[in-house]
Amino acid sequence: MSSSRKQILINPISKNNPVVVLMLGICSALAVTAQVKPALVMGVSVTAVLAFSNVIISLLRNTIPNRIRIIVQLVVVAALVIIVEQILKAYAYEVWGQLSVFIGLIITNCILMGRLEAFALGNTPFDSFLDGIGNGLGYTAILLIVAIARELLGSGSLMGYAVIPQSFYEGGYMNNGLMILPPMALIVVGCIIWVHRSIDKDLQEE
Amino acid sequence: MEAFNIFIKSIFVDNMIFAYFLGMCSYLAVSKTVKTSVGLGIAVTFVLVVTLPINYLLDTYVLRPGALDWVSPELKSIDLSFLSFILFIAIIASFTQIVEMVVEKFTPALYSQLGIFLPLIAVNCAILGGSLFMQQRNFANIGQATAFGLGSGIGWLLAIVGIAAIREHMSYSKVPKPLRGLGISFIVTGLMGIAFMGFMGIKF
Repeated sequence: MSSSRKQILINPISKNNPVVVLMLGICSALAVTAQVKPALVMGVSVTAVLAFSNVIISLLRNTIPNRIRIIVQLVVVAALVIIVEQILKAYAYEVWGQLSVFIGLIITNCILMGRLEAFALGNTPFDSFLDGIGNGLGYTAILLIVAIARELLGSGSLMGYAVIPQSFYEGGYMNNGLMILPPMALIVVGCIIWVHRSIDKDLQEE
Repeated sequence: MEAFNIFIKSIFVDNMIFAYFLGMCSYLAVSKTVKTSVGLGIAVTFVLVVTLPINYLLDTYVLRPGALDWVSPELKSIDLSFLSFILFIAIIASFTQIVEMVVEKFTPALYSQLGIFLPLIAVNCAILGGSLFMQQRNFANIGQATAFGLGSGIGWLLAIVGIAAIREHMSYSKVPKPLRGLGISFIVTGLMGIAFMGFMGIKF
């Protein structure tokens, strides 16, 4: 694999992360991060939809009339999301119930529109596929960090298994119920941005 | 009375931004000044109020299991609900297109103010989210669905105007460098969300 292709794949994970740098896809991301499991499923679903819709739009890029491209993109994405939803409903019913409307909201996830517009419309299918996977991984990474922080501090467990030993609770440790509430997801992401931008000074805003 | 209850609840308790994070992208991108955020908030409210009743009718008479009963009793067993994503987004996208054309034709002044935001509304999660929540909550009649749309829209407007006002003031304060811009907006939104949780449990 050439180095430019490697860049396409690696860049979105930290330097051009879709969530904390480009501000995309925050909409449906935060609501699913109270536990690790739904966050992981959501991340994988978004990565799959992103990679395949990038490929399809990239294959069609010379035939789509410019004026109606948004509607074409929405239809392609919506069809892929329906497939993902049916698969989850069949094989992971419990997680499907937890994610509820947020699977449908992958359609309006800004990462999809952003990558389709900015990348797939002007690049070859294989590059677009790599770009989709890279951005999906960047998105999943942020989701997992937030979910791990919230589930560990809020419920004392990871993926549903208790990880904080019972002796801690006997010694007076308590789960922080606040971490489960929706606003804490925003504050955790705020802290991730803080750390990320302290390390990578180029990203700081004036 | 039930409709009024839904209206109040969707503004304060089930606020689109603070409880479900819907429409966050445009919320963070457009909230730099109060003036533009009011324009976008009104446009979102308008699209929500119109698309929710349309999607409600679509859901009740076409998509739900057994909804096609009114065509002929033989179609009763058909369940088209898996098509709801694609139909809802088609309604929203085409309606946004119509609104854009109508506004451009009849009120060019408003169009130039809203111009860039109008096409963005089609991919605003708050709009599709409103339709999907409507489907999930099984509202009893079209009035309740409209009240939910209006309430969600006003809640979104309230949130974006609130953060825009705070961000305008924040330009005078000394925020740590790595936190400037996006980071502090997230934390402020989180704190506003905690404040809004104080409304939990209100009922009329």
